[in-house]
Amino acid sequence: MSLSSRRGTRRLAADAGLLTVAAAFVLPLAWLVLSALDPRAGLRVKAPDGLTLDHFDAILTDEITFTPLLNSLILCGGATALTVVCAALAAYPLSRFRSRLNRPFLLTILFATSLPITAIMVPVYALFVRVELIDTMRGTIFFFAASQLPFAIWLMKNFMDGVPKELEEAAWTDGASSLQSLVRIVLPLMGPGVAVVTVFSFVMMWGNFFVPFMLLLTPDQMPASVSINDFFGNRGMVAYGQLAAFSIVYSTPVILLYVLIARRLGGGFALGGAVKG
Amino acid sequence: MSDGTRRLLPRLLPLTPALALLLLFLAGPIAYCVLIAFTDLQLTGQAEESFVGFENFRRAFGDDAFLNAVWLTLVFTVLSSLIGQNTLGLALAALMQRASKPVRTLTGGIVVTAWVLPEVVAGFLLYAFFRREGTLNAVLDWLHLPSQNWLYTLPILAVSFANVWRGTAFSMLVYSAALNEIPKEITEAAEVDGAGGLRRMWHITLPMIRRSIGTNLMLNTLQTLSVFGLIWVMTRGGPGGRSQTLPLFMYEQAFQNSLIGYGTAVALLLLLVGALFSLVYMRLLRTEV
Repeated sequence: MSLSSRRGTRRLAADAGLLTVAAAFVLPLAWLVLSALDPRAGLRVKAPDGLTLDHFDAILTDEITFTPLLNSLILCGGATALTVVCAALAAYPLSRFRSRLNRPFLLTILFATSLPITAIMVPVYALFVRVELIDTMRGTIFFFAASQLPFAIWLMKNFMDGVPKELEEAAWTDGASSLQSLVRIVLPLMGPGVAVVTVFSFVMMWGNFFVPFMLLLTPDQMPASVSINDFFGNRGMVAYGQLAAFSIVYSTPVILLYVLIARRLGGGFALGGAVKG
Repeated sequence: MSDGTRRLLPRLLPLTPALALLLLFLAGPIAYCVLIAFTDLQLTGQAEESFVGFENFRRAFGDDAFLNAVWLTLVFTVLSSLIGQNTLGLALAALMQRASKPVRTLTGGIVVTAWVLPEVVAGFLLYAFFRREGTLNAVLDWLHLPSQNWLYTLPILAVSFANVWRGTAFSMLVYSAALNEIPKEITEAAEVDGAGGLRRMWHITLPMIRRSIGTNLMLNTLQTLSVFGLIWVMTRGGPGGRSQTLPLFMYEQAFQNSLIGYGTAVALLLLLVGALFSLVYMRLLRTEV
């Protein structure tokens, strides 16, 4: 067999292999979409008995959807803003000035990025009860920001290292302060990097279940990641169609945000590349 | 103040907000964790907790439920992270190198969607997939294969597969990036020399991406060690504790049994294992830089 026809066969084999895996992966997703549109949704993947938007109609109320989504937005938006501002400020001296403290600090940060946050939630709960931050949005926002901060600083510093120092030196000779040159020169030049840190932090928090589950108690304050459990527990029989519809509404923002940064990064981002430096 | 410190201080000023947050909300809880792991702190009805030394740890190692959780965590990590996500991710990345573009884009899109979905949504989807009347059994019936109630008979296997479904994309992206960096000439030369696909993979490709493999294994393992929501939604750790990994065990002790001190001791052990992996991960990165 010639080399090129051997390549052709191999491409077919690779396509077949990928499609098999894709088929297995798509089944749960197919259930989600079909159930959301099926007037009599159950647990199986089946051809829907007609299509309907009734489930979406039923869940798009203040109590079921809008309040939890708004809570999610306040919680994750607030914490993301805090994370990005703190990370940008912290990354600046780490990236710009040589100091003996940089290396130990960065190593600690790197170490902290991979600690299992799940493990400290019980003591955080106990601590929050003691300092009366339990069941408060601000306490949860602070904790979210702190848990995301090591990775955000790490990413931000690597992106900032990519902005040449010479560009700032002109501004310095004109008497600009560090803060001015950070805000006016460095950050605008690393727009894509800031976008990645922002989107990544937001997506991680939007999907996080354990942190708000532990730190918030009042149902009115619950974000969507926790309130979605009500479909199972408190409302008695599980309304699978509504659950599916809610899941779609709740997941859409993060999927869109991911598409936004994935395009910018050419897909190869995968943290692997970004973390490497 | 010396000239050096006067110059240094304003430079370090921007670090303070981040430092304050990290110290108060990350280092603080970790220190508190170490502290109360040695006490008998309970959730309710206790005026003052007292220092009990290593009692919580002694108790853990004599507790069958704890040992069961350690074993299940090990099974869950090895099955879903080391074997599942890692191998499947590498296989997908390798196939993508050769596949046609539309198939590559389609598969990548589906696998990444599973990864981007919020944890709880993924949990519900896989709950629906593995249940007695769920999709998996429907497919098995259709193929005339025996079906069963997976979440009851093999809960740890079901949650492991769930974690593979949810986490494979990360490995796939890491390995795709690594494989793209291997110069074409090297693989082509081996091909002309007549080395078959698997041999090429074993002798040429894998040694060239070994650092990515190390990094990926560490990050997968750390992520898998802290999975809570996925298992919580699918099985609540049951039935009868047969899918209760350490995070779920810790939660149950602290909140269902009100033993915060004991739950924290377990948390501390989990944190130590995580810290160990984290140190290995840092060493791997250092050789790479």
